[in-house]
Amino acid sequence: MLTLSILIPLLASLGLFFWSDVTKEKARLVALGASTLSLLCLVVVWLRFETGPEAPAFQSVSEVSWIDALGVAWRVGVDGMSLAVSLMSGLLFLCAIAWPAETKGRARQYYGWFLFLQGVSLGLFLTLDLLVFYVFFDLTLVGMYFLIGRWGHDNAEYAALKFFVYTLAGSLAILLAILGLVLANGTLTFDMRELIAAQPLGGTDLRSSLILLGFLVGFAIKTPLVPFHTWLPLAHVEAPGPASAVLAGVLLKMGTYGMVRIPFQMMRETFAAYTFPLAIVALVAILWGALVALGQTNLKRRIAYTSVNHMGYTVLGIAAAGAMIGSESVRTLALSGAVTEMVAHGLITGALFLIAGGFQARTGTYDLARYGGLARVTPFLMVTYFLAAFASFGLPGLAGFVAEFQVFAGTFGVYPVLAAIGLLGLVVTAALFLMMGQQIFFGETKPEIAMVRDLKHAEIWPLAVLLAFVVLIGFLPGWLLDMIQTGSAFASFHPSVGQ
Amino acid sequence: MMPLGDILPEIAVLLTAVIIVLLASFLPRHLQWTNAPVALIGLAIAALLLFSQANGEGRATFSGTYALDMASIEGRLLILFATAVTVLLSPRWFESDARHGEYYAMLLFSTLGAMVLAGALDLLLVLIGVLLSSATGYVLAAYHRDWALSVEAGMKYFLVGALANTALALGATLMIGLLGGPGFGEMAAALQAGEASPLLLVGLGLVTVGMAYKLGAVPAHAWLPDVAEGAPAPSAAFLTVVPKIGAAIALARLVSLFPETDFAIRALVAALAVITMTLGNLAALWQEDMRRMLGWSSVSQAGYLLMAVTVTSLTDHAIPALVTFLFGYATANLTAFAAITHLRGRTDRSDYAGLLKTAPLSAIAIIVAFLSLVGIPPLGGFVGKLELFLATIDGGYVWLAIAALVNTVVSLAYYLRFVTPMVLRAPSESVLQLGSWSCVATTIALISVAAVGIFAQFLIGMIGVSAFLPT
Repeated sequence: MLTLSILIPLLASLGLFFWSDVTKEKARLVALGASTLSLLCLVVVWLRFETGPEAPAFQSVSEVSWIDALGVAWRVGVDGMSLAVSLMSGLLFLCAIAWPAETKGRARQYYGWFLFLQGVSLGLFLTLDLLVFYVFFDLTLVGMYFLIGRWGHDNAEYAALKFFVYTLAGSLAILLAILGLVLANGTLTFDMRELIAAQPLGGTDLRSSLILLGFLVGFAIKTPLVPFHTWLPLAHVEAPGPASAVLAGVLLKMGTYGMVRIPFQMMRETFAAYTFPLAIVALVAILWGALVALGQTNLKRRIAYTSVNHMGYTVLGIAAAGAMIGSESVRTLALSGAVTEMVAHGLITGALFLIAGGFQARTGTYDLARYGGLARVTPFLMVTYFLAAFASFGLPGLAGFVAEFQVFAGTFGVYPVLAAIGLLGLVVTAALFLMMGQQIFFGETKPEIAMVRDLKHAEIWPLAVLLAFVVLIGFLPGWLLDMIQTGSAFASFHPSVGQ
Repeated sequence: MMPLGDILPEIAVLLTAVIIVLLASFLPRHLQWTNAPVALIGLAIAALLLFSQANGEGRATFSGTYALDMASIEGRLLILFATAVTVLLSPRWFESDARHGEYYAMLLFSTLGAMVLAGALDLLLVLIGVLLSSATGYVLAAYHRDWALSVEAGMKYFLVGALANTALALGATLMIGLLGGPGFGEMAAALQAGEASPLLLVGLGLVTVGMAYKLGAVPAHAWLPDVAEGAPAPSAAFLTVVPKIGAAIALARLVSLFPETDFAIRALVAALAVITMTLGNLAALWQEDMRRMLGWSSVSQAGYLLMAVTVTSLTDHAIPALVTFLFGYATANLTAFAAITHLRGRTDRSDYAGLLKTAPLSAIAIIVAFLSLVGIPPLGGFVGKLELFLATIDGGYVWLAIAALVNTVVSLAYYLRFVTPMVLRAPSESVLQLGSWSCVATTIALISVAAVGIFAQFLIGMIGVSAFLPT
């Protein structure tokens, strides 16, 4: 079932690639159908998913051999974390594909690449093989490179190149670290389950530290954390709206997901030794992202920097959870917050970037100074914007709050000072979203944008679906938290067992 | 009684070459192309004979001078495959050449040289293989006798080659003299007992220079960009791939003779590896000419190959890494050159604008080939690089793996410099293509790039359990 949810979009993408005389509408229908089927497969897995402390570490597992000599195989399976993140990804992809996009006369290729990206992204979250994980990690780069390069705005070529080179550097660092980790294990296998059980490396000797550093740098580039974030604003500004939504909503999660799945779970002791510096870096990302976002005059750039800020919360949560100080319940809370933040940020920022794409399609610009007084002209757009913005800075009753509350509550139990400073980030993001909303929607209506249309039906329902989940998670977080806290990532760990 | 059955594949290639020489002298001009199918049949027979040798064991034949291990068998299969693709590229390319039938004979003789290198367990046999492969290579590079660039390529190949082959012969003499014989087995025994003498190191250094020439590695790499740019495109495809396969395996065998300590050979090869990959990459960065860029990229790939040679016999992964990487590199490079041949040798970067629209097959082939050369999964180049990194780290040369990693990131930049205009720019003109022969060749090569990645188990599984002679 999991394999199907990866294969359906990939096969459909291949089909679109060869179906040369397909019309735009048909291409879109094929893409929507494949994306929906893939999501349905995940929903089936979700319905069968057992929650609670007795549930197995990974569920819906299946395995097909690939390169036996290296211990590499096609292995898929989910725990609560990966199920939650992949469900979010499937949903976001469906909404991004449904969003009416400017395909520049190449609809077939546009939808083909989107489906490709959906397949490989789900593959990354669902696989249980380190090498296959890496394979998908790299393939997402290829997919995104073409999406940004071919359907982006003016400076797209440069942005796509920078994105590819930066993140390839990160992924190669990860590859070396993966090989180091696998070789440290006695038997040659890339099976995540075995590596988690074996904990091949421990302590803070040079080798373990370097391997950990490789993972953290690689994932920090993807996440991105300051100072490795400079590719992100550029890529976002140049990418088309739906691609931005997927980039922020799904691809950034690969960094934090990988951070939890690999260094956090497979080398706990080494990870624990370095959580404090990691938390500090996360804190810098939180504050830097918020402050720089405040200074931006470009709509998309501003949202892009808030992503740096939000992913900072996630990493802060992961760092707090990995530290072996404080009580276990506090650390569980922090990790649960981090994973919830991944889901929430995906939904919220996905919606925000779709909205930003909507602005661009209407006015041709992201420059905030050109906007003003849209409240009367586009009430729907205003409602969705403010709902997403409130959720983003963590208004209670919305998904962002559930995530950020847990992250900070958990971090207070481990690093109280850092958590207190980090709260400043929340204040700044609240200010910047409100100011941006004021700028766009209130005041005098600028004459050159007075004629823009409000949201079309095809734009309303993707946003409505995303925001409905934001509200649902905000009011009833229980089902999501139960799911997230089930399985491998949340299994309790006792240092003596690993030795 | 000589065990002639053990070298039947080589005999098949040799006989085919002789038949082609005869046919080419008698066939009328418009039938010269019929030599291509003859060559293909000969190659297919040789490949079938090789398959029958592949039983997962390693043994030596002809009094221990010729290896029939999996490295040799898989290497020779790859050589045959690369030659077959080159043959497919040739008929239309050389159509206007009155006597082009002889070209196939030259190709097969050169193939034979590379095959001998892949199996040689004797320094004199290595020398013969290098000379056979070189002497024919000069002709292949300069086959367009009336075209200055082609003659220049052949000339440069010849001049560097003459120097390197002299170094090889001199080095071989010193080594044989000091170690008491040309056979790898006796050399290994003498090396285990003896100590490093300055003269032996000089000899070894000279032999390494000779092999570096065939590999296209520093310090004898200067011919590669010129051959890639100026030689006939099928020859360029052949010469950037086939000699490397034989030379890499031969050099790995040579390095495996030396004990881990006391001899500086591994440090030397590692240094050459880093210099080669870095130089090749930096030089490729600013090329405006597709074929010249591929030439420099081929230099840098030789650097990666030397990584596997460095850790030979230090880790079990070394030989699988070497062979898998060779498969990944050879298929990708062949694909790129096949596509270029199919485009009638188009080579200026600006001429590639919009190619994805005007010539989709060639454009896709080039893009996939580049992605494989970078090492993007699940293509052949990825499995090769993966094994390579695994072997280098396992063999204790972590710094070498990191250097290769930095180089890989740099290499992405120049490959993408050529991909970007193909995908993103508007097409400028209509594209002339070469016809069905090269179209088939491109398709086959393209499929093989993906197949190496997906079916890597067959490559690695067989070679992982087999011994690597002479150890």
